[in-house]
Amino acid sequence: MSDQKATQMTSQGTASQSIPAAPAVDPRLLVREQGLNGYLAEFQRKLRSGDLGSLPVVVGLVAIAIIFQSLNSHFLTAGNLSNIALYLAGPGLISVGIVFVLLLGEIDLSLGSVAGASAAIAAVAAVQHGVNEWLAILLAVGCALAIGALHGFFFAKLGVPAFVVTLAGFLGWNGLQGVVMGKTGTLNNIPNGVIAKLDNYFFDDVAVAYGLAAIGVAGYLVATLLAARNRRQAGLPARSVTEIAVRAAGLAVLAFVVAYMFNQDRGMPLALVVLLAVVIGSDFVLRRTRYGRQVFAVGGGIEAARRAGISVARVRISVYMISAGLAAVGGLFLASQSGSADKQLGSGNVLMDAIAAAVIGGTSLFGGRGKAWSALLGTLVIESIMVGLDMQNTSQSIEYMITGAVLLAAVVLDSVSRRTQKSSGRG
Amino acid sequence: MVQSDTPVLALHDVSKRFGAVQVLTGVHLEVHAGQVVALVGDNGAGKSTLVKTIAGVYTIDEGSIEWEGRKVTLNRPQDATALGVATVYQDLALCDNLDVVANLFLGRELMRGGRLDEVAMEKKAQELLDTLSIRIPSVRIPVAALSGGQRQVVAIARALIGDPKIVILDEPTAALGVEQTAQVLDLVERLRDRGLGVILISHNMADVRAVADQVAVLRLGRNNGVFKIAETSHETIISAITGATDNAVTRRQARVAEAEGTK
Repeated sequence: MSDQKATQMTSQGTASQSIPAAPAVDPRLLVREQGLNGYLAEFQRKLRSGDLGSLPVVVGLVAIAIIFQSLNSHFLTAGNLSNIALYLAGPGLISVGIVFVLLLGEIDLSLGSVAGASAAIAAVAAVQHGVNEWLAILLAVGCALAIGALHGFFFAKLGVPAFVVTLAGFLGWNGLQGVVMGKTGTLNNIPNGVIAKLDNYFFDDVAVAYGLAAIGVAGYLVATLLAARNRRQAGLPARSVTEIAVRAAGLAVLAFVVAYMFNQDRGMPLALVVLLAVVIGSDFVLRRTRYGRQVFAVGGGIEAARRAGISVARVRISVYMISAGLAAVGGLFLASQSGSADKQLGSGNVLMDAIAAAVIGGTSLFGGRGKAWSALLGTLVIESIMVGLDMQNTSQSIEYMITGAVLLAAVVLDSVSRRTQKSSGRG
Repeated sequence: MVQSDTPVLALHDVSKRFGAVQVLTGVHLEVHAGQVVALVGDNGAGKSTLVKTIAGVYTIDEGSIEWEGRKVTLNRPQDATALGVATVYQDLALCDNLDVVANLFLGRELMRGGRLDEVAMEKKAQELLDTLSIRIPSVRIPVAALSGGQRQVVAIARALIGDPKIVILDEPTAALGVEQTAQVLDLVERLRDRGLGVILISHNMADVRAVADQVAVLRLGRNNGVFKIAETSHETIISAITGATDNAVTRRQARVAEAEGTK
């Protein structure tokens, strides 16, 4: 696109504003051309500069769908896709916590153990000691928050590398899980109890799935339209109504297809509703609140954050509390999914899957770049692969190897895209 | 710009020790509104320590600091910020991953209904950059995409968000090219024209002569003269910095003059 065209385009855009002498747009700035071509051009430019966005996820999901559907025609059925949705919640919640930690440029290796220990605490309290299930859940999440605060304290106040602190936690809380479970190896969930229902409850009324889809689309439409109007009133460049309409239409198609799919099977799963609520909430916190801005700032430059008056220690401790708290909730969903809490819950590839999911979804391991949605998208990729492999009766050893390869691929992608981004000056 | 009689900032007899080292001894400094004071001196003369006492990073051992005629104590950087002192350190301290707007308002975000008010921040950022004639391709690109000079002006603009009265610039042109240096110097003059007091630390005499109204020379932690730039020769300042009339520079000049004289 020629520069001349770009300036013409924007002068048209700003001329309609009330500002009498609109400042000339810098000729170095590439302005997107209008129409489809403009989007394509910008898409290409972003790709070249290493800003891959959700592309790896979309490509990955399409590839997964084609491969596993060709191997087993049951892969893309409503029942199977509903099952994948059930598998999302536990790992997805842990992965949202990982996103917070990765945004700081740190790592939390303890989350699998924290999830297991929390599930054990809740199960022992509810099943063995007859504590009200909600209280047992609160107790488990409270313990996890305390664990997170402890990790954060050692890291932020004493300066121990987070890697080592959480590695110690990985071992220590796994031990605690064994101690809490005691001699009983497995504690079955209370039949029809809260924990049992977490990952097994469906809203069988078709109105729920469609209603949620409608609310989601309407919410998106209203929020983006209002934001665009505010920006236009302030004389700032804003998204055109056409663009918003196209995006909302795309979202609507996606949301209603998914809702239709769930209604063909058992209805909207509660687990997915919880995960979506947590992801949307986290996304809001990260992008729209002062706290979220502080998380990004600490991830982008500790010294800059400190000079700006941000309490780096406070941000770090709170992020480790968030990750541990979400891991606890994730652990409860894992217990619900497997029907029981045991000494193995949260071990194995749970932690690695959660980290891989966050990175596959587009959150950088190097801090300061990423979004909450990457947890959901990445978990979708990983769990689809797992379910697909299970349908082929693949052994767990092979699954581990494939997960390892996927994690490595995601990290390589992250490193390469970071290098490309550096050379094109995008942090 | 008419200068008021009361300086915005005045330091009297300020002393600072680090253990056995007397870093500052009885230092005086006055900065008026609309005045650029250059702080010069050799390495180890105490320039950085002096500005850090003004910025509230170090507390002074003896002496007093007056703000608009009133005695103040600066115990923390926040105290200085609250008074209206903004400091731009040499290592800028910007967050590379955040865009220009987010960097400008970092720690001072505008809020609306519990949420970040991005529209108001972007608008105010654009206005600020426009009034300072700072040209940045877009306020929504990450700081990582900016050149060294652009980062410098963003860092300076950032210092201005809190409406300070004194701006301290630590070596703002040290790493910049010819064109970018000129842009930063232009910016310093615009700050002065807006009625701000500017303390400029620089080793570059050309820059100092270009924009400063006064030059305060520090040598070994003591005042070694305050000069009006217009009435002072380059040599006088150099000899004040190096501390004696007998030094490498004067010896060389004498030698050159002698050589020319014998020709």
